[in-house]
Amino acid sequence: MEIKKTAIAGTLESSDVQIMLTQGTDGIVFDLVSDVVKQFDEAIKKTINQVLSEYDVQNVIVKVVDKGALDMVIKARTVAVVQRALDIVDEPKWEVL
Amino acid sequence: MTISFHHHFREGDYVFNIIMRSIIDHGYKNLTLAPSSLTNVMNDIVVEAIKKGVVTGITSSGMRGSLGDAVSHGILKNPVIFRSHGNRARAIESGDIKIDVAFLGVPNTDDMGNANGMDGVAAFGSLGYALIDAQYANTLVLITDNIKPYPNTPASIKQTQVDYIVQINEVGNPDKIGSGATRFTKDPKELKIAKMVNDVIVNSDYFKNDFSFQTGSGGAALAVTRFLRTTMIDKNIKAAFALGGITKPTVDLLNEGLVAKVMDVQDFDKGAAESMKDNPYQQEIDASWYADPANKGAMVDKLDVAILSALEIDTKFNVNVMSGSDGIIRGAIGGHQDAATAKLTIISAPLVRGRIATIVPEVTTVITPGDSIDVIVTEVGIAINPKRQDLMAQLKNVPGLPLYTIEALQEKAEKIVGTPKPLQFTDRVVAVAEYRDGTLIDVIKQVKE
Repeated sequence: MEIKKTAIAGTLESSDVQIMLTQGTDGIVFDLVSDVVKQFDEAIKKTINQVLSEYDVQNVIVKVVDKGALDMVIKARTVAVVQRALDIVDEPKWEVL
Repeated sequence: MTISFHHHFREGDYVFNIIMRSIIDHGYKNLTLAPSSLTNVMNDIVVEAIKKGVVTGITSSGMRGSLGDAVSHGILKNPVIFRSHGNRARAIESGDIKIDVAFLGVPNTDDMGNANGMDGVAAFGSLGYALIDAQYANTLVLITDNIKPYPNTPASIKQTQVDYIVQINEVGNPDKIGSGATRFTKDPKELKIAKMVNDVIVNSDYFKNDFSFQTGSGGAALAVTRFLRTTMIDKNIKAAFALGGITKPTVDLLNEGLVAKVMDVQDFDKGAAESMKDNPYQQEIDASWYADPANKGAMVDKLDVAILSALEIDTKFNVNVMSGSDGIIRGAIGGHQDAATAKLTIISAPLVRGRIATIVPEVTTVITPGDSIDVIVTEVGIAINPKRQDLMAQLKNVPGLPLYTIEALQEKAEKIVGTPKPLQFTDRVVAVAEYRDGTLIDVIKQVKE
């Protein structure tokens, strides 16, 4: 699926994550900043990649500012931002949720 | 050459920066810095002094912020030596630390050097850590903003020890020396932990008349003091003494007659600092009297209950209070190793902090050995050191006190946060941590870029 518009989800509060998606042309490109980057950079990317693949998003720039969010939070924020970026907030993809 | 300072002014310290600025500007080199601890307000100038070759060695209780970060990245020539407050006293008494010049800020002194910490604009209460420097330094310089008529009493530091007195405009910022009025935490997690800590204490055999305790300064520790007060009144139990770093809620127990003596090595808040001069039962003690393992008897040897915190605890009950989850130095031993020799040592900590587990398979840095830790209290339940089967029997059937193995708590934490990648270090040692008797307990290595 194509990113229709730049979208953002989440906050910069402690234990939250803010994710921004913009149109890309060169696969999934990460720009990751995290309080726990040394321990969890790969885990964070894996979770986001999984959601992106469930929506079949292949070209996107993913900007992540993580404040130590738990995995379930990262997943929820990713679902929200993908739905916004694909402009399908009114038609949630229930099987992903 | 070794120079020393105390950290009783904490984040309100002006003296350290004034003296260090002068030492740097005079072009001194190759100094060893041996303060009782280093607070954030000292960081920038210590980093500058290291970069200019003025400071090449440090021994301290701890460090944090930009200094801890710089040391963890290898800025200092020699490894830092971290020592507990009791161990620092031991090291000074035994000559392991030889202080050439001690620069001690005081909120009052007379013109001969009779000084205390209890009075004046920048009063901080007990001079506990500085008294060792005053006693053993080759040259002692007092720095003050308040010259009192001779003779000034009570004289915690005596004129017999003092070489020079320097008067400056202000020694400290009173608003930053201690926290203001300590508020009762509203954090439900901290309250739950505090209540469970209280349940552990009052259901143990140590909770009886004339018991003794030490608490810290964190939100949960303060809440424990409040819960303990209620239980002491309900059960008509009075304590013989409270020890260590003192807060207003502990002084309140003294004033209510629930605690007979407060043995005070430092004061964490204004209430505790201000009450010392009016209360003969709030006794100032020096770091050796408090916790030195090599003198003829320290107060921690008589301590029943200690409530301590932790950055990490591992399944062998080892505690880390020094390096952060990223491997960078950001803490202090303080009196942790010393107070942990209590008969009942309780670590109170949340199971996880954000995405960082507090209970881990192996701590990054061992500071206090698991053998001296008896009970871990988290918001989900407690774990008792299997070496303490007696405590197990006392605490296993207490309502509201779920008992887990430490391994079960570790698994619960990991299930919440996931499995972290191991931290990467180089082979270069940037700091060594001593146990309180002066033996090596662990090393901290430089973090990989």
